[in-house]
This record gives sequence, C-alpha cells and structure tokens, in this order.
Amino acid sequence: MNVLYGLLQPDEGEILIDGKPVRIRSPRDAISHGIGMVHQHFMLVPVFTVTENVMLGHEHVRPGLAGYLDRRRARQQVVDVSQRYGLAVDPDALIEDMPVGLQQRVEIIKALTRDVDLLIMDEPTAVLTPQETEDLLEVMRGLKKSGKSIVFITHKLKEVKAIADRITVLRRGRSVGTTSPDTSEEELASLMVGRTVLLRVEKKPARIGAPVLEVSGLAVNDERGHRAVDGVDLTVHAGEVLGVAGVQGNGQTELVEAIMGLRPIVSGTVKLEGRDLRGRSTKEILRAGVGYVPEDRSVDGLVQGFTVAENLVLNLYDQPPFGSRFTLNLNEIAKSAEQRIEQFDIRTRSHQAPASTLSGGNQQKVIVAREFTRPLKLFVASQPTRGVDVGSIEFIHRQIVHERDIGTAVLLVTSELDEVVALADRIAVMYRGRILAIVSPDTPREELGLLMAGVTEGAAA
Amino acid sequence: MSEGHDAQPEYLASSPDKEPAERTEVAEEAATQARLDARNRAQATDQAAGTEPAAAQPSTFAARFLRALWSANTVTVTVLAIALAMVLGAILIIVSDANVRRTYSYFFTRPSDALTASWNKVADAYANLFKGAIVDPEALAGAFNGTVRWERVFYPISETLSYTAPLAFTGLAFAVAFRGGLFNIGVQGQAIMGAIAAGLVGFLLPLPVGVHLLVALLAAALAGGLYGYVPGILKARTGAHEVITTIMLNYVALFFLSWLIVQEGIQAAGRTDAISEAVHPSAELPRLLAPVGQSLRVHLGIVLAVLVVWGVAWLLGRSTFGFELRAVGLNPEASRTAGMNVARTYAMVMAVAGALAGLGGATILLGTAFALTGAVVGSAGFDGLLVGLLGRAKPWGVLLAALLFGALRAGGNQLQVGSGISLELVSVLQALIVVFVAAPALVAAIFRLRPAQAGGLETGMAKGW
Repeated sequence: MNVLYGLLQPDEGEILIDGKPVRIRSPRDAISHGIGMVHQHFMLVPVFTVTENVMLGHEHVRPGLAGYLDRRRARQQVVDVSQRYGLAVDPDALIEDMPVGLQQRVEIIKALTRDVDLLIMDEPTAVLTPQETEDLLEVMRGLKKSGKSIVFITHKLKEVKAIADRITVLRRGRSVGTTSPDTSEEELASLMVGRTVLLRVEKKPARIGAPVLEVSGLAVNDERGHRAVDGVDLTVHAGEVLGVAGVQGNGQTELVEAIMGLRPIVSGTVKLEGRDLRGRSTKEILRAGVGYVPEDRSVDGLVQGFTVAENLVLNLYDQPPFGSRFTLNLNEIAKSAEQRIEQFDIRTRSHQAPASTLSGGNQQKVIVAREFTRPLKLFVASQPTRGVDVGSIEFIHRQIVHERDIGTAVLLVTSELDEVVALADRIAVMYRGRILAIVSPDTPREELGLLMAGVTEGAAA
Repeated sequence: MSEGHDAQPEYLASSPDKEPAERTEVAEEAATQARLDARNRAQATDQAAGTEPAAAQPSTFAARFLRALWSANTVTVTVLAIALAMVLGAILIIVSDANVRRTYSYFFTRPSDALTASWNKVADAYANLFKGAIVDPEALAGAFNGTVRWERVFYPISETLSYTAPLAFTGLAFAVAFRGGLFNIGVQGQAIMGAIAAGLVGFLLPLPVGVHLLVALLAAALAGGLYGYVPGILKARTGAHEVITTIMLNYVALFFLSWLIVQEGIQAAGRTDAISEAVHPSAELPRLLAPVGQSLRVHLGIVLAVLVVWGVAWLLGRSTFGFELRAVGLNPEASRTAGMNVARTYAMVMAVAGALAGLGGATILLGTAFALTGAVVGSAGFDGLLVGLLGRAKPWGVLLAALLFGALRAGGNQLQVGSGISLELVSVLQALIVVFVAAPALVAAIFRLRPAQAGGLETGMAKGW
C-alpha cells in the first residue's frame, strides 16, 4: 500500500489506474491520480485545528497578498466535505482535544478534500472502540454509495465481513486468494495463517480458589485531575479470569495503573492476598508476584531499542539468576532468552535483535513471555491482543488460560467483546469509572453491549 | 506452557524475512507436519509485520537521535566526515593566506601559479598537522642516526596524549548522560568544579606522596559529581530541564572560579593577576616519559582515562545500573512500568557524568596546568560534548574521538608555528567533523525519519546519508 501511495517505489510490476499504467513517485503523485490514504498512525499536527490540518500541504493563499492563508475558504471546504459524507466534525477544534475516532475522521476528510476516488485505509479500526468502529463502517458505506472505492486493510475478520464486497487475503507479500464476504471467519483465518485456526479458546471450567486481588472503594484520578475510577470494588480469585469489559476511556487504564502502583490512589484499598499494596512501588508490586501486560505495548511494555533478550528481563534484570544488586549475568540472560524464544514461539532473527524489528504480535509475545517467567499470583493483562495478528492472538489466549489453570488470578482488561467472552469466567462491565455489573460470560452479547454503553435496564447494578 | 508449540530451532536460526520463497514449497512436500506448522505461523506473523508499518517509537528525543546516529555506518561516515572537513579546511587555508590569495588575482593568465601555491600551502599545513600530532619523520630518521634526541620524536605523541586525557573524561561525561536520555551541557561547569577541588586539595592540604594525588582526584570526582547531581535531582524532583539548568550552572562555576582565585590564601603569593597557588608536586599526575625528556608532558592521566573508559564500558554493558540507565534513556515510560525508579536514575546518571567531568578537570590541573586560572579548563568541557557525539556516546568510541581531537589540538600548535595558520582553524576542523557526523543524524531525529532497518523496508527517505 505504501507503494500505491508513493511512499515506496516498486522493484518490479506496474500499477494500472483506469487501465492505464502510471508511475507514482510521491504521495503528491498519488493524490493527483486520485489515490488517498488514511494511515494507521495519524499524520496530524496535534496543536493545529481540524481546518489547519486539512489545509496542511495544499494551503489556499489569498490572491494579491503573498503567503496570506485563506483559512475561511479552507474551513468552508471542511464543512462541505463533512456534510456531504456525513462526517460530523468541528472544523475549529484542536486535534489534541479530540478522541481518536474523530481524529480519524479528520484524516478521512483530509483525503476527501483532495478529490480522491480511491481511499486506502490501513488498519483504521485498530485504535477504535466498538462504537467508533461501527460509525466508521457507516461512513465507509456512505463513501461507497457516493462512488468512491475503498481499500480496507485489517486483521479483524468480523469487520471485513461486515463491509467488504470482495476480500483479498495477503500472506507473506503474496495474494493467496480473493473471496466473497460469505466466506466464514474460520476459512478466512486459515487463509491468512495458512493453517486451521481455533477462533474459540478451549478451556476447562475454572477451579476457583481463594481471593488474590481485592479492590474496594478505589478512586483514582487521570492526568488532568478528573476522577477516572470512582469507587470500584473487585475481587479476583486464584484460578479465575475476571474480565473487565468496557469502551476505552472508562477508567480501565487508570484502574490497572493504580493496581500496579503507577498511579496514585485517591481513596480505597488494593490488597494482594490480604496485604495492602497502597504506597508500594511498582517494583515491590512486581516482586510480590504480579505480572503485568500494559495496554500500550510500544510505549510501556518494551524498550524498542533494547534487544529481545534485554526486553525479556526488563523487570527481572536485578534478580537472580539474571543479575544481582550490582551486576548483570549476561550468559544467564542470553540462555534464558533462547529458551523463552523457543517456548513462546517468538519470531526473531536472534535474541540480540532489537525489539523494534519484531512484528506487533511477536513484541507482545516477548512481554507475555517475560511476565510468565516468574511464578505469579496475579496476572494483569490490559488489551493483550490489540494490534496482534490472528496466530499470535490464539497463542496469547492459550497462555492466559494456561496461567489460569495453574492457579493464577487473572485480571483481563479489554475492549474487545470477543476476547472477554472467550476468556473470562466472570465479566465486570466498566462504565464511567464504575463497575456497572458483574455478569457471566454466557450473557447475551446485546446485553453486554448495552451495559458497555451504560444501559443497566434497572435490574443489574 | 507451550502445548503443541514446539518451535523449530532451525527456523529460529534464520530470519523469516530473508528466507527465500522457493524454500517454502520445497519444504512443504518434505517436511513433517510440525515443521510445516512452524513455517506457516511464520508467514502469519510476517504478514502482520507487513501490515503494521513503523510501530510508533515512543522515545525521548535523545533516544531518537542516538538511534539515528548509530544507524549510519559508523566507520564510513566518520572517515567521510573527517575527509570532508579537511577539504573545507583546505579551502579555508587557501582563502585565509594573503600570498596564496594574491596568486588568484592573475588566475586566468597563469592558473598554474595559483594552483601550485594553493597545493603547497595546503600540503604544508596538513603535513605540519601530522608532524605536530603524531611524529615528525625527519626527527625519527635523525633519532636513528643519533643526530636528534628521542625527546623530539616523542614530543608530538606526548602532546597528543596529554590533550586526549581530559577530553576522554569530558567526552564520557557527555556520553554517559546521553545514554541515560539526558543532554549534559554542563560538562564545562562540572569540569571546572573538579579542577577547583583538585586544586584546593593540591595546594592547601599537606599530604604524603601517593595519598595526595588520590585524595585530589577523589575530591575532583566528588565535586564534579555533586555539581552534576544538582541538575539531576532538579530534573528528577521538579522536572526542570537539564539543558537549561546545566547551561546556567556553567556560568555559576565559571564565575565562582574567577572569584575564588583572587581570594587571599588562594591567589599565588606575590601575584597581582588572577592565578592561584600551584599544587604541590605530591599531588601532580606523574609524567610517564620524564626519563626521555623534560618537555614530554604526557602524564598518568591518559592511563587513568583508558581505565575509566573500560570502567564505563563495563558500567553500561554489564551492571544493573547501566541496564537501568540505558532503559531509562531509551524509554522512560517502559522503564517505569518495569518497576525502575526513573527519577533516581536521572539523578544518579547526572552524578556519574559530573564525576567523570570532574576527573577531566582534575586531569588538566594536576597533569598540565598545576595552578588555577580563569581559563584553566579551556574549552575541554564543551569539546567533551563534541567528543561524546563523535564517539557516538559509546565509551571506546569516545576514547577514539578524544584521541582525534587531542591529535588535532596538538597538531594545531605545530600548524601555527610551522605554517603560520591560526590555531582557530583546528577548532573549525573539529567543529566541521562533528557537524558532518552529527547533522544527518540530528536531521533524521528531528524529522523522525526511519533509519534503514535490518530485514525491514528501506525507505527512500533514509537513503542518501
């Protein structure tokens, strides 16, 4: 896709537009050929307004006055486009104040103002909540109706089935086939991976033990000092997976960070096997037998510039056998890295390769492998499979279930409904900093969806 | 934990990205089911890697810059940078020489005059640079004939090494902080504090031989360390940016020195100018080549420098603290999540960097200067920043860079004496080298260009530097 958008040059082969071969040397060429792209990582200037971001790169200048920007015209253009395609967005809002879903709309508007016929969307839903995803699919249907073509790149089978007219599966840089959306998810997954994939997680009934994590009356603030977690009570027992479901931004991040000692607790208690964790450092909490997979893998989970081996001991480097108070045992670190690379099926050139050279799924496996290296009492996983390929998701899910089966208490925070239903033994639905209800995973999806949207139907609370 | 996931070692040994596609088909017929499995899963992850471009690299600016600095081929780029700097230096030599300039006034009538004059001037200049920095071939030949004393043969290299020693320390002071994600612009101030402490111990305390030097060096390390710790703790506790605080503290150190050396008991007896007492001989760094000749200034400092470089290399690569330092430098968020105390690490990094700079200051005072003056440290502290960058913030790289800068500085003296070219040209050369080495990396870091990655996609943007 980067070739199509002119970011990379093809080594061979040609690109035909309306039957004519073209050469695309830069994004500017691509736009002039009617190709627009919405990147997975947004290309927006946070401190600029929507209008300024849209005009960036092809600014209108008022006639006569050299270099004087015609903001009014650009603003009108934004308003026109957003009305025509039903993309409601405030042209004067600052990007940094907008939720991710809206930022993406700005990206789409940016592409549309360039009068493109073909829109490439690279993993557009990876960062979106279920609702935002639904909205996006709606927008895409609208674009389709108005005659635009869309290339929609995604890992998520449900979405591709919901929106696509034709599905092409790529594997290792080759097209392995084009099918219709009637193809079942299982078939698509096996096409993608090249073997049969279990989309459901097989697990035995939980053998629930004593309470491990007890959270009561917990209140936590976010960066801006607003109450993000507002009186949460939770108990996770040994040998069970407690899923915390909820749309992103309802306090899950803050809840988990408070448990891990990464965020100050305003009030309430967090107890691990009866011992208060409040006031303990993150290191002490990790040492007490808590494993943690942070929500944002690339920011909090890994040091990208470190080798795989170093990342595998990122929170164990000063513990025997990897090191002591003062020195590291490089041999032991390398040896253990080799073992875990094999055991956790981490695809890397060597344990000396920088973590940044690994794919997202393998990076996540590095984190999971690291946390499962030591005996755990509690395993806290936040969005453990976000942006991870189908094969790795399956693997990580099995690891989590295995950890549960050996008696670890698991707190799984996720905004993927499928994931929480597949893995959890109980589901706590979080909404606006509170736990709305704790339900069984057999609860109908519609009901869960409503709960996530804050509808309690009177009964549950 | 890995039921059914017995990964294939032979797969692991090779990179999935580089595996030729044909091998897949061949293998599919011959291989066992398990092997197929592993291979196919590799394909799945490959695909994931393909559709997930440039995983956002959240890191400090320093970490980005460092990555860009390293991603360029170290040896080639450095050699090219030096060559390029010398070419520009040659132009400056030609332009700045009045006699050569005159030959250009009739360039079109007799171009050979201008070209010959330019060539002679430049060749003479660089020859003098070499003679002043490494060895004078004539002197060498003379020494073998017995007509020239060996002292003259060793003089250039002795000068080079005595300039190298403090630069190695100050270079490390910048490099260590840099690896910890901090821009230590305060090397100069820390070095001054080190020199002051070494001086005070050197001429105020009557201590026996051996102990005196050791105490003076320790005092310098302590003073520099404390002076580095201040901006470190300010950053850790209040978030004050270390660039601002260290720049300001440079002035504090400089003017403290100016004030100190005119105080009674400090200022040299009977002197009206700003110079302190000289340190006692027991506190001086012993000269290594004193038996060969009195003019050979090279002293124990260069040996200390090599030992400290080795020590820092060990600290960074093999110690727990070094692991924390590098982790915090590359990604403070992940370090915090992994339970490291980021604030404490920042403070400690600056203290270590300051101690190194302090030792650099002490090397100057106890090795060559012996008395404090307002400019005793010269520009060794600021040159340390350049040395640290040129050495790509790696200990042994820093030592090599310090050696280069020391050689240029020593050769510069000869350049001035032999070719009548001002010493400043050497500073220009040094600056140009660093600009050529560091600038592409800086540009790449600012614009977040993705460096070419092994096995990954090579973008057009990353080419050309």
